Amino acid sequence: MKLLYFAWLRTRIGTGEEDLTPPPQVATVAQLVEWLKMRGPGYADAFANPALVRAAVNQDYAPFDAPVAATDEVAFFPPVTGGGVEGEGAP
Amino acid sequence: MIRVQREDFDPGAEIARLSAGHGDVGAVASFVGLVRGTGALTLEHYPGMTERQLAALEDQARRRWPLLDLTVVHRFGRLGAGERIVLVAVASAHRAAAFEACEFLIDWLKTRAPFWKLEEAPDGARWVEAKADDDRRAERWSSGGESGKN
Repeated sequence: MKLLYFAWLRTRIGTGEEDLTPPPQVATVAQLVEWLKMRGPGYADAFANPALVRAAVNQDYAPFDAPVAATDEVAFFPPVTGGGVEGEGAP
Repeated sequence: MIRVQREDFDPGAEIARLSAGHGDVGAVASFVGLVRGTGALTLEHYPGMTERQLAALEDQARRRWPLLDLTVVHRFGRLGAGERIVLVAVASAHRAAAFEACEFLIDWLKTRAPFWKLEEAPDGARWVEAKADDDRRAERWSSGGESGKN
């Protein structure tokens, strides 16, 4: 399974990309997150607040109950901030 | 056309290209997003997913409005204050579709395109947080109305 991390998740985990083989009981995004948190303090820190984390499976946004398979590409990142202008009323 | 690139773009040239040789084009609406403020920012993105999500947005816009052509250019990498970040330009026969599709594209791009901004400031760099207002603006388009305005 190819794992990708972006923005501050990448900073906290210490890498932007890795290939891992989770055990077969890791079948959903949520279960993958729980398994990743056990890999080290950087991971636990990155996933400490799930409300701040979004996921994509094979480059499509996925909810945390989405299934994951060993051959998938799974990415984790904060809510996106593309485009140009800050929202109205931004400081 | 969707382009994700480091290099700057020329909005005038892109707009000219949208209307050139198209006798049916009566309206071109456009938006340029810039690096506001005095500090630089670095745009990180998810290669592959970026193009995929932008292509899906183009598909939605073309289904929803009678568009003749459209261009989205989004830069990534380190951009200085005042630099151009993104261009959305839409060509149609009449202005209503051009204005609405242009606004739809930038509203949705800000919630769907996988970019993240690292802002530089005198006291250090910080990741910009997504704004609830961006989600609200994007959701306006889902209630089925022609205009996203409240």
